[in-house]
This record gives sequence, C-alpha cells and structure tokens, in this order.
Amino acid sequence: MNWFTNFLSSSIGQKIIMSLTGLFLITFLIVHLTGNLQLLIHDEGKQFNLYAKFMTTNPLIKLTSYLLYASILLHAVQGVVLWQKNKNARGNQGYAKKTNRVVGTNSFAASNMAWLGIVIFVFIGLHLYQFWLQMKLGNLPMANYDGVEVKNLYAIVTQTYSNPVYVIVYVFSMAVIGFHLLHGFQSAFQTLGLTHKKYTPLIKGVGTIYAIAVPLLFAIIPVLIYLKIFPLSSFLH
Amino acid sequence: MKVTLKIWRQSGNDKKGQFVEYKLDNVKKEMSFLEMLDVLNEQLIQKKEQPVAFEHDCREGICGTCNMVINGFPHGPQQGTTTCQLHMRHFKDGDTIWIEPFRAKAFPIIRDLVVDRAAFDRIIQAGGYVSVNTGQAQDANAIPIQKEIVSEAFDAAACIGCGACVAACPNASAMLFVSAKVSHLSMLPQGKVEAKKRAQAMVKQMDEEGFGRCSNVTACEAECPKGISVANIARLNREYLGSVFTSEVNA
Amino acid sequence: MQGLADGYFVIPYTIGNFLANEIRTSSINTSLPEFEQAENEVRDRINKLLSVKGNQSVESFHRRLGKIMWDYCGMSRNADGLSKARKMIQALREEFYRDVFVPGTDKEYNPEVEKALRVADFIELGELMCVDALTRNESCGGHFREEYQEEGGEAKRDDENYAFVSAWQFNGMDSDPILHKEELIFENVELKTRSYK
Repeated sequence: MNWFTNFLSSSIGQKIIMSLTGLFLITFLIVHLTGNLQLLIHDEGKQFNLYAKFMTTNPLIKLTSYLLYASILLHAVQGVVLWQKNKNARGNQGYAKKTNRVVGTNSFAASNMAWLGIVIFVFIGLHLYQFWLQMKLGNLPMANYDGVEVKNLYAIVTQTYSNPVYVIVYVFSMAVIGFHLLHGFQSAFQTLGLTHKKYTPLIKGVGTIYAIAVPLLFAIIPVLIYLKIFPLSSFLH
Repeated sequence: MKVTLKIWRQSGNDKKGQFVEYKLDNVKKEMSFLEMLDVLNEQLIQKKEQPVAFEHDCREGICGTCNMVINGFPHGPQQGTTTCQLHMRHFKDGDTIWIEPFRAKAFPIIRDLVVDRAAFDRIIQAGGYVSVNTGQAQDANAIPIQKEIVSEAFDAAACIGCGACVAACPNASAMLFVSAKVSHLSMLPQGKVEAKKRAQAMVKQMDEEGFGRCSNVTACEAECPKGISVANIARLNREYLGSVFTSEVNA
Repeated sequence: MQGLADGYFVIPYTIGNFLANEIRTSSINTSLPEFEQAENEVRDRINKLLSVKGNQSVESFHRRLGKIMWDYCGMSRNADGLSKARKMIQALREEFYRDVFVPGTDKEYNPEVEKALRVADFIELGELMCVDALTRNESCGGHFREEYQEEGGEAKRDDENYAFVSAWQFNGMDSDPILHKEELIFENVELKTRSYK
C-alpha cells in the first residue's frame, strides 16, 4: 500500500481528499434541506418529528452519519493543514501590492475558503449543540402521535428561532456557506479532473445556482419560523 | 513623463531586502518597461551605484526569462503579455510603480528582482521530455493525429516556463506549469509512451520543491503571458489519478 | 535570420551528437594544470575589467560599437568603410580597457561583470567581422561589397577565388588573425547564382 500512502501525501492526493469530502458534504446539504423544509409544514411539527425519529434510529442512516462526521472533520482538518502549508509556500516575504485577477471562479470566495470554512465549522459546532446534541442526550419534551411517543425536536427548533439573534446567526452562516460553495462546487470537479469544454459550463452553472439556492432555502426556514409562517401542507396522513 | 519607482533591492539571498524609491524623468511612452529600467540603471551607474539586477533575454516575449511583479501583477497589468512586452504607454505621467520579484519559497531570491527558478528545470528533468527518437517532420507527419488534440497540445506547449503562475497563485502552486508540460507531451503520440511515468514523476518533483497545493483559484491563467488554460490542470489531475490507480508505474 | 545566424537548425544535431559521444567521459578533475590555467585566465580577465574603475558604462560602449557596425559593417559595406571601422573599433577597445566602469565585485551576482565580458568579446568579434569582410572581395549572401556588384545592383560572386568558409584563428590582441580556409567543394551539384528577377 506504499503507492497509496504516497498518493495521499502528494499535493494532488491531498486535494482529492478535499474534493471528495466536499462533494459528500454538498450531497448531504441537499438531503438535509429536504428534511428541514418539513419544518415549514402547517402541522405543529408532526411530520418533522416523525422524520427526526426515522433519521436517528434507522441503521443505514446511522452508518451514513458516521461517514458524515468523518467527512466534516477530515475536510476541516485537511483544509486548515493545507491552508497553512500553502501560506508557507509563498516564503517569508509577501507582496507589497496584492491583486486578485482570476478567470474561472469567484475571487473573493476562492481566496478566502479557509476563513469561510472556519466560520462554517464554528456554526456547525453551534448547530450540533443546539439540535443534534439535544436530540441525542437532552431532556426533550415528548409528543404523542397515534399512540407513539417521539421526542419533540420541533419544539426545540421553534423555541430556538423565536430568538432573533439565532435567526441572524443562522442566516449569516448560510451566506458564508453560499460563498464557500460558489468556489467549492466547481473546484471539486476541477480537482477530480471531471472537466470538458462541453459540460464544464453546465457544472459551473449548476454550481452557481446550487450555491445560491440551497443556502437561501435553508435561510428562509428560521426566518419563517420566527415570523410564524408555515406555508407548506403535510403529505402525511 | 515622470514616474516614481519603488523597487525591491536585496543584495543577496541571505540579506535583508527592502523597497527603494527612484524617481525617473524623461520616460517616453514608446519605451518598453525594461528599457525604462535600463535607463534607470545607466543613471545609477553614472552615480557609481549598484544597478538594479533583473533577468531578461529575448526581450520579445518568448523565452520566459524576464520576471517581475509590477503593481501586484506578475508581468504587469496587461494580460497575455510578458514584462519585456509591456510598454510605458500603459502608465501615466506621475504614476508610482511597485516592482517586486516573483515570490515563492521554491524560488529563492538571488539578488534584487532575480530569483532562482532551477526548481522548474528539475521538474522538467524529472519527466518533461520524450526519450524516443522522434525523427524529422516527415516521421511526425506519418503518425495520424486528430486536429483538435494537436491544437490543445500546441496551446499547452506555448508555456515558456517563466513562473508567473507560481507568482500569481496565492498558494505558490506550480500546477499550471507542470500541467502544461504534462498535457503537451502526453497528448502527442510520441509522448504517450512515457505518459504514466511522466505524470507521477513530475508531480513528485513539484511537491519536493516546496510549491503549494492548487485550490483552483485560477489566478495563474489570468496572469499567464501565454494564456495557458486551467483545463490543463484538470487534465493533469486525470492523468495523475489514472496513473496512480490504474498503471503499474510507481514513481 | 536568427535561426540562420545562431545555428538553431543545426545545433539540435551537432550538440546532441557531440554530447552522445562524451557520455562515457566522467567528470573532469579540476586540479589539472589545464583547468587551473584556464581558471586563472578567466579570473584575470574579470579582475582586469573590474579594476579599471573608469567613467563610462559597459552599455555605452556597447551602443557605440553597435553604431560603428551599423554604419560600416551592415549588409552593404565597402573597403573604405571597413578599414575605417576597424580603426575605430581598435580605438574603442583601447578606450574600453582604459575607461570602463564595472560596479560591484566578482564575489556577488553581478550582471555588469557578465555584460562587460560580453562586450569585450563583441569588440573583438566586431573587428574580426570587419577584417573578414575586407578580405572577401566579392558579394555573397548577407555580405554585399559595394565594389562587387552586377548591373542593377545584384550581388557579384567570385566562386573561383572565394568558394570557401573563412575560419579565423586568434593571433593575439594586436596582430592580424590567421585565415584558415574550409574549401567548399561541390561534387554532385553545380554552384549557381539565384536570380530574383
């Protein structure tokens, strides 16, 4: 396995790790979004709570969740390590005049991935503490649906986002994620070599839309919860 | 026109460097940037001072020797242009111009604006060549090849190895340079024979030299005087992955 | 033109073949007397230039040499101009070694030393080009002697007397170089004159 460890420690190998974990996280986002949109259903949280129970008990989901935790940690740690290595590669003296011309991406996002990522990591810490940890260990109020008792995560969520500070923090974090994705989405494909004159523009287009739409939809949720607007109707009976 | 130059002076690799200001009058719009520096140097020599050391050779944009960062842009504000092809008409009377060397740990400073780019030579020695006897034009013409591939290879071959990509990259990565060479040779039939080894060997050397990792910022393509495309970087990623995971080569 | 002048098309074959034969020669010991002598000669040349500490830059001498060559040893030249140029270059050389200023030392990266050595060579080469042009009493290729032209301004060659390549041997700074002729002998083709009419 010598060739494999050589690969993992090569510059390209290290970037592949960022790319693959990044793509996994991108996939996670859209799944998590569909789950969370259920918070906007006008049913006092029944569908959402049942979904939460499913997500925390199904063995396949649990397995995937370990992969998710690993991806987050690997992406974050590797990212910071690479960031520091890359800073050193310039040498002891930086440029007096800094410029930022680029051709194929958003220059602000591309040059600030590490800081954006650190903000996201802090947000994830807060987010996991507020919901995931409560779900796992906290004393949640219970809800009863047709005789089945489930933890009322919905109550925790609505309680949290009745505080405008948390709403603002959440919306701000979504904007940060948006910028992170604006560069990250197409960069992941470029690192894997999945480019072609014919379909790279499509990937870039999809990436841009994704980077705007997904964080936007996430951000709407706490805002609507705060405003007590629940526009969706249940498709559970 | 009059210009104020702020030039990085450093008398040796282990010496401390700093910016020194020079005021230059009678700069003509028609002068090339390097001519302007020659004029400065003549003045310095007349005053028995050390002239500013900078590299140059062909002075026509094709050899890759000249290398300075001008107002933060490797090779200056004009895109697709080397330093030697930049002319003073792109500056205004009274401008202040900052001139620094290409900065990277892998390009140690020799003196003033001169940096040691032997790292690039070592990368080429590691695999940027073909070992086959390619013969003459008629031997090449006897091997059919698709025109689109030839054009891609030719565009990649335009790389002059100046190092502006490294200078521009916030991570001081050499991926554009390495990928241009790997692309150029590995797309051509004569280069395919050693393509697997070449990708691994050149990347390995690049890493050993201390360049940073690519994060697809694309500043390299923006500053490359030959407009080499980051599509080459994607191609190197493919070649490298293919070589590591599917070939018997282990560089 | 550069391709023709600097051997761009020839060098890929000549140097490659030469090096291929040298591949079995291991690295040469630097404590051989020949090496020491060569090294000392180079050191002397550098020190000679550095110690002048005159008033004129290397660049200024380069320009003046260029002007002489441009005026008298361009594509079109004549015997008077060439003799005059030779004298001017000899005077320039004397002035160069008397009044050139090379800043700095040889213990550091010093492009002015490199330039000075090169211009010293160019001065010798420039004089040689004038000598060579003076001895070739015909017009041939890039060498157009005004005294030897056809009606209508075409080059007038003298294949009977000048079908050779001149290889000049250095014979000391103040003596004439020695001419060695590499005769051009055509066996399977006949030497002709190209006409652009």
